[in-house]
Amino acid sequence: MTPFTTLTGIAAPMPLVNIDTDMIIPKQFLKTIARTGLGRNLFDEMRYTSDGAEIPGFVLNQPAYRSAQIIVAGDNFGCGSSREHAPWALLDFGIRCVISTSFADIFYNNCFKNGILPVVLPEDQVAALMEDARRGANARMAVDLEAQTVTASDGTTFHFQIDPFRKHCLMNGLDDIGLSLEKVASIDAFEARAATLRPWV
Amino acid sequence: MTSAKTLYDKIWDAHVVHQADDGTCLLYIDRHLVHEVTSPQAFEGLRMTGRKVRAPERTIAVPDHNVPTTAGRDTHIDNAESRIQVEALDRNARDFGVHYYPVSDIRQGIVHIVGPEQGWTLPGMTVVCGDSHTATHGAFGALAHGIGTSEVEHVLATQTLIQRKAKNMKVEITGSLRPGVTAKDITLSVIGATGTAGGTGHVIEYCGQAIRELSMEGRMTVCNMAIEGGARAGLIAPDEKTFAYVMGRPHAPKGAAWEAALAWWKTLYTDEGAQFDKVVTLRGEDIAPVVTWGTSPEDVLPITGVVPDPESFTGGKVDAVRRSLDYMGLTPGQKLSEIAIDTVFIGSCTNGRIEDLRAAAAILKGKKKKDGLRAMVVPGSGLVRAQAEEEGLAQIFIDAGFEWRLAGCSMCLAMNPDQLSPGERCAATSNRNFEGRQGRGGRTHLLSPAMAAAAAVTGRLTDVREMM
Repeated sequence: MTPFTTLTGIAAPMPLVNIDTDMIIPKQFLKTIARTGLGRNLFDEMRYTSDGAEIPGFVLNQPAYRSAQIIVAGDNFGCGSSREHAPWALLDFGIRCVISTSFADIFYNNCFKNGILPVVLPEDQVAALMEDARRGANARMAVDLEAQTVTASDGTTFHFQIDPFRKHCLMNGLDDIGLSLEKVASIDAFEARAATLRPWV
Repeated sequence: MTSAKTLYDKIWDAHVVHQADDGTCLLYIDRHLVHEVTSPQAFEGLRMTGRKVRAPERTIAVPDHNVPTTAGRDTHIDNAESRIQVEALDRNARDFGVHYYPVSDIRQGIVHIVGPEQGWTLPGMTVVCGDSHTATHGAFGALAHGIGTSEVEHVLATQTLIQRKAKNMKVEITGSLRPGVTAKDITLSVIGATGTAGGTGHVIEYCGQAIRELSMEGRMTVCNMAIEGGARAGLIAPDEKTFAYVMGRPHAPKGAAWEAALAWWKTLYTDEGAQFDKVVTLRGEDIAPVVTWGTSPEDVLPITGVVPDPESFTGGKVDAVRRSLDYMGLTPGQKLSEIAIDTVFIGSCTNGRIEDLRAAAAILKGKKKKDGLRAMVVPGSGLVRAQAEEEGLAQIFIDAGFEWRLAGCSMCLAMNPDQLSPGERCAATSNRNFEGRQGRGGRTHLLSPAMAAAAAVTGRLTDVREMM
C-alpha cells in the first residue's frame, strides 16, 4: 500500500448526499478478479451515457477536475454495498482523499486498506471546502495527515480527528495482515481457550 | 450499573483476542462466509504472500452473485467474466480446502440464506462475509457484519479482524403488527425514521414484542437491512424460536454439545440496566405496509401516501430528492397506489426464504399476474426452492404467470442476466433502490413479498390489505 503523508491537489465538489458504492462503481465492473483498472469506470453511470460518451456536466468530466485527487462530498458517502471495488476505482482514477461530514462504516474501513484518507469534518467546514472546490483548478487543497489538517486555497486550515492506529498504518503504508500475524501467539491462545469454553463452535 | 452488559457487549467480550492500549482490538471470527465477487483478490493475495487459510473448517464458500437463475448453469455460464469468477471460486475453495457448495449442489443459494439453513450460523458467534448483508445473521444473536476484500484476506490469513468497538443502539418495536404488515415493513419503517446514516457507528439490537413475535425468517429480514440504516450490524437476542430453528441443522451441535451450547446461548441477552448510546422506539400498531418512492431506502412511506415534494425536505436532501424523483419518473403529490409497474421480483437475501414465498403465494393463489407484466420468483437457496415445490407454492407462482427460477442473488443487484431495462419499473422484495442497482436506468420500489404479489396482480403498487 502506498503511504499517505501529505497531498496537495485539486478537489472535485460532489454535494450530493448518500453517494452509494453502486454509484461509485456499478456492479457490471465487479466481475474483475484484479484490483486495478477500475478508474475508467469510476462513477460510470453518472459519467458516461449508455453508449459510452462522456456526460459533459459531470464534475470529473470537466476540464478543471479531470485530474482531481480529492473529492468533497455530501453526507454519508460510500453507503450501501461493501464492495472494495469502490476505493479501488477511486484510487485507480487518482483520488487519494475524500472529505465529508460522514462516511458509511465499511467504505470508511476499506479506504484505509488502500491508502485513501477519508476525512470527517463538521457540516460548516465541509460546506466551506465545497465552496472552495467549486472554484475549480484554482482551488488546490492541502491535506497533511501528520498534522491532521486540511488547508483550503485561501489558507484557512481545518483540523480533523483520526484513529491513531489507522493514522500510523496509513502514514507508513503498513500491511495489517503482517501486523496481526505478529500476534499469532495470542490467536493460538484464544483458540485453545475457546475450544474449552465453546467446543461446539 | 457498569457491570450490566448489552448483548453486543457480551458477544464482543467473548471474542477479543488482543486489545491494544488505544482500544484497537483483534477480534476472533467464528464463521467466514465467502462468495465469488469479493473473494478472488483476497485468495490471490494469499497466494502472492505464500499465506494459508488459517481455519478452512470455519470458512464456507458459495457462488451466488453472478450465477444465472436459469437451467443449464451447472454446466455452462454464458457470460465469460461471470464464468471466470465462479471458476475462480471453485479453484480457490478446492486449493485452500474450505467448505464449498457449488452451483450443482442443491444446498447452493444466497450465502446469507445458506449459512443459517446449514446451521453454520449459531447464537453468540462472530460471522463475517465480504458482503454488507451479512447483518442478516444477527437474527440469531450472532455478531455479523460485512467487510471489504482486504479484510476478507485478513480473516482468511488470521481468522481475526482488526476492530474498534461500535456504540450500542436499541431499536424497540412495541406491541403487535397489524394484519398485512410484515418484517420488511418494520425494517423499512425503522430506516425511514432514522435515515440511512442513523445507525452509523452503532450495532443495533432490535427488541420489543413485535420483534419477539416474528419468525426466524422475519427476524433475518429485519437484521438484513440494518446496514441500510447505516449500522455495522443488527442483533436480536436468541430465544426458544431461535433454538428450535437451529436444532437439528447439519452443522448445529448435537447431544451433549447441544446442551452445553444451549446453556451459554441462554445467557445471551441485554442485562437489565445496560446502557444504550441511542434508542429508537416505534409502535408496532403504527407500522403500515410501506413502499419506497426514491433512490435511497430511507425514501419510504405507507402505501396510502403520496410522492413527497422535494421542498418539504431540508439541507442536501432537497436536491437528492429532486434528483430521485427525476430518476424515478414520479411527480410530487402522485398517489403511491397509482404507480404502474412493469416487473415484479420476489427473492434476495432480504426476502428469499420459505416464509416469504408462502406470504406471496397466499396472495397469488387462484389469481393471475396482470397481462404484459414480467414477474419472477428466485428462491434464496436450492433447498428453499425444493421445499416450495413440495408445499405447492411453486405451482401457485407458475399458475399466476411467474417465472420459477433457480437460486441466487439475481435481480437484487443484477450482476447476472436478470436485469431491468432503462425506465423499467420494478416492485422488488430486495434491499436497495439505488440508481442503476437493478440495471442502468431501472426504477426500483422496495416492498414486502405480500405487497409484491399484490402489485403483480393489479399491475400497480397496491395496498395488500385490500386483497386479504
